[in-house]
Amino acid sequence: MTLAIDIFSITCLALGCFLGLTGGIGIYRLPDFFTRLHASSVTDSACAFLVLFGLALQSGWSLVTVKLGLIFFFLVLSSPTASHALAKTALNNGQHPLLGREDKR
Amino acid sequence: MYAATCIAILIVMGLALIRAIIGPTAFDRLLAVNMFGTKTVLFIAAFGFLTDRPDFLDIALVYALVNFLGTIAVLRFFERKQRDAQQTTEEQS
Repeated sequence: MTLAIDIFSITCLALGCFLGLTGGIGIYRLPDFFTRLHASSVTDSACAFLVLFGLALQSGWSLVTVKLGLIFFFLVLSSPTASHALAKTALNNGQHPLLGREDKR
Repeated sequence: MYAATCIAILIVMGLALIRAIIGPTAFDRLLAVNMFGTKTVLFIAAFGFLTDRPDFLDIALVYALVNFLGTIAVLRFFERKQRDAQQTTEEQS
């Protein structure tokens, strides 16, 4: 039983790290602001959930689990809000989304 | 296992930091700093498990809230600046 939980938690941590790395490479490589926003915000919530869930599986039922749940709750609440506010302000300030390929513009 | 997680999150933080330095507009920098903060929360949590001191989770909790407040504060500043600019153009026209 412990082994199964260990394997599941390692899988969750590895998947979370993979998603985080994808977001990191995306924020470094993608061509304009809105694509970078998508790369960051799509991976933000899933990566945070997987990593925190993997850690919570290791901690068992204790106060640590509650704290991890609270961290996840605040991240889920704040991360999409920040992304939305950022996109809205950028659009209002004259940033335009890139339509089509960059070299055909 | 925790060490691998910490290293992966550190790499992501480095990439976000590069974008924060080279980002052409202020919004890119803000986005990168926001992502950096989120990943810092995850890093502190994983590091607490790595060193077997789960008290670190309190710091992570506080950091999550402070990070959110910082982003919103900077965005409010931008919005107010833009509103002031609109008002001055309306007064001129």
